[in-house]
Amino acid sequence: MQQELAIEMKNISKSFGPLKANDNINLSVREGEIHALLGENGAGKSTLMNMLSGIYTPDSGTIRIHGSEVHFSSPKESIKKGIGMIHQHFKLVDVMTAKENIIIGQPASIFVRGKALSKKVKELSDQYGLDVDPDKKIYEMSVGEKQTLEIIKVLYRGAKILIMDEPTAVLTPQEIKKLFRVIRNMKEQGCAVVIITHKLNEVMEISDRVTVLRKGQSIKTVETKSVEVSSLIEMMVGKKVDLSIEKKQFTEHRPLLTLDEVTVLDREGKNALSNVSFTLNSHEIIGVAGVAGSGQKELCESIAGLVKTEKGRIYFEGENLVGKSPRDIIRLGIRMGFIPEDRLGMGLVGSMDIVHNLVLKDYQSQPGIMLQRGPCVKKAEKIVEELDIQTPSIYTPVQKLSGGNVQKVLLGREIDSEPKVLITAYAVRGLDIGASYKIYDLINEQKARGVGVLFIGEDLDVLMDLCDKVIVLCHGEITGIVDPSKVSKEDIGLLMTGKQDGEVSAS
Amino acid sequence: MNLIRVTKRDNLPRNMEIIITIAAVLLSIIFAGIILILFGLNPFSIFKELILGAVGTSLRVQQTIIKAIPLILASMGIIVAFKMKFWNIGAEGQITMGALGASWVALNLSENLPQPLMLLLMVLAAAVCGGIWAFIPAFFKAKMGTNETIFTLMMNYVAIKFVTYLQYGPWMDPAANGFPRIANFSENAVLPSIGGIHIGWIFALAAAAFVYVLIRHTKIGYEIAVVGESLDTARYAGMNISKVIIISMLISGGLCGIVGMVQASAIEKSLVAGIANNYGFTAIITAWLAKLNPLTTLVVCVVFAMLIQGGEYIQIALGVPSAVSDIVQGLILFFVLGSEFFMRYKVRFGRTAEKEVA
Amino acid sequence: MVEFLAACVVAGTPLVLATVGELITEKTGNLNLGVEGMMLMGAVMGFYTGLHTASPVLAILSAALAGAGGALIYAFVTVTLKASQVVTGLTLTIFGTGFAQFVGEPLLGTMAPSEITAFFAKTAIPVLGQIPFIGPIFFQQDAFVYLSYVICVLAAIYMYKTKMGMNLKALGENTGAADASGININLYKYAHILAGGALCGLGGAYLSLVRIPIWQEDVVNGRGWIAVALVIFVAWNPIKGFFGGVLFGGLSIIGLRFQAMGLGISQYLVDMIPYIATIFIVIISTHKKRKESQPPGDLGNNYFREER
Repeated sequence: MQQELAIEMKNISKSFGPLKANDNINLSVREGEIHALLGENGAGKSTLMNMLSGIYTPDSGTIRIHGSEVHFSSPKESIKKGIGMIHQHFKLVDVMTAKENIIIGQPASIFVRGKALSKKVKELSDQYGLDVDPDKKIYEMSVGEKQTLEIIKVLYRGAKILIMDEPTAVLTPQEIKKLFRVIRNMKEQGCAVVIITHKLNEVMEISDRVTVLRKGQSIKTVETKSVEVSSLIEMMVGKKVDLSIEKKQFTEHRPLLTLDEVTVLDREGKNALSNVSFTLNSHEIIGVAGVAGSGQKELCESIAGLVKTEKGRIYFEGENLVGKSPRDIIRLGIRMGFIPEDRLGMGLVGSMDIVHNLVLKDYQSQPGIMLQRGPCVKKAEKIVEELDIQTPSIYTPVQKLSGGNVQKVLLGREIDSEPKVLITAYAVRGLDIGASYKIYDLINEQKARGVGVLFIGEDLDVLMDLCDKVIVLCHGEITGIVDPSKVSKEDIGLLMTGKQDGEVSAS
Repeated sequence: MNLIRVTKRDNLPRNMEIIITIAAVLLSIIFAGIILILFGLNPFSIFKELILGAVGTSLRVQQTIIKAIPLILASMGIIVAFKMKFWNIGAEGQITMGALGASWVALNLSENLPQPLMLLLMVLAAAVCGGIWAFIPAFFKAKMGTNETIFTLMMNYVAIKFVTYLQYGPWMDPAANGFPRIANFSENAVLPSIGGIHIGWIFALAAAAFVYVLIRHTKIGYEIAVVGESLDTARYAGMNISKVIIISMLISGGLCGIVGMVQASAIEKSLVAGIANNYGFTAIITAWLAKLNPLTTLVVCVVFAMLIQGGEYIQIALGVPSAVSDIVQGLILFFVLGSEFFMRYKVRFGRTAEKEVA
Repeated sequence: MVEFLAACVVAGTPLVLATVGELITEKTGNLNLGVEGMMLMGAVMGFYTGLHTASPVLAILSAALAGAGGALIYAFVTVTLKASQVVTGLTLTIFGTGFAQFVGEPLLGTMAPSEITAFFAKTAIPVLGQIPFIGPIFFQQDAFVYLSYVICVLAAIYMYKTKMGMNLKALGENTGAADASGININLYKYAHILAGGALCGLGGAYLSLVRIPIWQEDVVNGRGWIAVALVIFVAWNPIKGFFGGVLFGGLSIIGLRFQAMGLGISQYLVDMIPYIATIFIVIISTHKKRKESQPPGDLGNNYFREER
């Protein structure tokens, strides 16, 4: 019995400051097994796996690999034991080629031998049905290519244990299918694969066994075949929850925001957004789907006046916003809320407290040269109370709050200014289920009040449940505007990779 | 294997922070002592004389305060720039140009001008010249994103070379019999003294109060802090970043320029190329040690003024190079910079040992 | 003309050494603004050792050690203790200046011993020195200049052709990725920062032992800062670093030429040229857009593995 365990982690604990990320966790993974690690954001999945890959060191507990106890103090030692981890945020060097990325950190001869390396990479790719150009630079690669390269990279290092942290988060449904084929392939070659996810359908589809984590503790390990989805949810969240999102229909629609052939250039002068046109109405949530980096950021920022719109017009209740800076937009009294993707780097000032983060939206309209905090103190107290923000005080720097509470501060501030249009980019990224559903509720509440919401999302299920319309972006172009009740997830997936609207509905 | 383990810590109590900082300063002094021993000097007598040299007699206390004045003024200028993470290391040049502006006024306006008016004009000219010298790199930073560190530093050399040129050329005092120096100011251009200390101390305290209010209670101070934290957030909030950079550097350079006026008027009573006398660099240390807090900076500046005054004293009294005090200053900052690690991280020895070392 | 170009190489050598030293440092992702300080430490310790031992080899070694010593303080405070790189570098410059004044005070105006000046006298390299035009410019120089050639070439081979050079690049571009790939981050950082410091120390020693072999307080006179700017200008390439250094060496002596020609421009105004030229290259370098001329991606960021 002992022999066939690839990984055995016993009583693992790990704290970050006051936060207990892992509390006495147990995990065992058999050889030749696909093992899902299921849990909400913040349940401790990545922390646990980072200890296997030598990034973190456990505070206590033991780790055995193929039966022998190990103490990793660096990723190097973990690689030596045949463990390969594919991180959620790829660990690749942008300005280097694929093959250079494969060999960095590898013990080898003093000089770099290009040709022999290309050959080896080719062999590996063929063996597992992977495809990557060894001489392509990373910055020219798509997300899918980067992930393929990460897989080749760990295989090249002879990994027998593969850990994948949320590998499907950035992929289209089609790419996910391909990835799962590769994973099954690895299993057949005798590898043990751990896949971290919070998506239940993926657990059911790919895994042999599943271990559920909740709030830093391991709840249970079960055979996937013998478990129901509903009981997995219960284990994951800790109570029975209803994972449906309400979608109310409103009859009253008034156009609020119209984009007309909007084109935005990126830093290198290429089109980041090409001829994008659509209209956002009151009482409406429009979702934006697309592979990461398809122009979502530029779309939000062009509307908010943060990037230059090269061509086209953006009308807000008849007023053209093109050429206006965020300051002009504020001065014109245009009521628009924007929740940017980078919450602490753009929406908020991490080192400042809640009060001073509320001042951010407020101070421009104050008279004189002095700063008045008074009104914002009251506002801070109100928002903390209404949105149930967990914070020691309104004078706590926001970077010390948890992800969900940071997002509530940001959303609270934007909603407080009573916007007519609300733009949210990846509003629930990194939040646990409870916090995510609280955010969906808040967005629905705004819709009920007549606000038009532009919701940039990555989870197709949520986009389809929440939104009245879904715009699909691919390479900065709209490849389809669909009614989620009339199409399937796979249809949207095809649009995300560039198939035009007509082709999908024809199928 | 992993004998030393480092983990992040949260919310260190305030008094622990103070204890760590004091420990760092003590360690830096011990370290400086070791360097002195390596060069065959007796650290105990040197440190003793250093302190006596700074506060031993009332005359020396006066000298210490006189040295604290330019340091405080320059530190205030540095704080305004550093709050924005604009690494202004061009204070030396801004001081020099400030002195140049004040000297032009002093040398070209009538000797019969009432003293207060003359001094006021000198201060204004100094602030404008120092401000212009800071404006140039600020402009390029604001419009093109040019690296300000090297830019401001190079501006120091240009300023000093320029004053040297004036000293050896157009501004050379014909009455000095070919000796390359600039003429002395007339009486009305010299800052008056009270009790052996020129009134520059009023400037210093006023500057501290000004910077305190600026940072804590004004909109521009808030904008400076946001720009310093994140340019993206500043853009998001609709701030005019170029304007914020330029205004804060005009203030920073202006304050440094006034240092030049004070030094030229009260100390040299003329313009010399070395007028900045390293105050612009020492101010970086003092401002950083005080964590850019204007009130703490006052205290740190006085301590550093003691080091400078004491250093000059031991040079005369013991024949030990005054640079000892520069070394001590550098070491203090090294140790305090390093000590912040222990405020942000927990260090543990051994794999399972629970023993904690702060 | 040939004689002027040869003089440019001499004037450029300290800049070349310091530039290559700083660019190796920056390739690890650490920005060390202490170049001026490390050059001063190298200059004074090289001179001090040369004066007391009359051994050119010991003098050079001691200069390199002094530069590396300064870099060691910097590396410990920024890599191990994760303090602000900008402020630590500035402090190193302040500390190095104080250190040089302290050690150098009794040496002011002293000549370097004749054994040293003799060792660093100009010697033509056989064959190479006979090449027309190029020979007299590059190969009729002193041993220290030849050393700088070797260092540039070795640095280029190391950075572009070896595995370790590639690991170094990965480290500076994306420290987290390099760490996850199994590169020993701290070892690489320390080794290269120290090597970079040693080169800066050598640059300083060239000034005090060869360029003008008399001890004076302002030997370095801003060259360390010019080197920091040159690193950006030459896009972190040691071969370009050589020519950039020589170019600025030329700018620093052009004033004397003007005077010799009797153009009637004040020496003090002409002295500004290298500093103003540095400002220009800083402005020009801002506009580079090519991916290959960008600074290392993680330059200036401290790395903590367990950062969340």
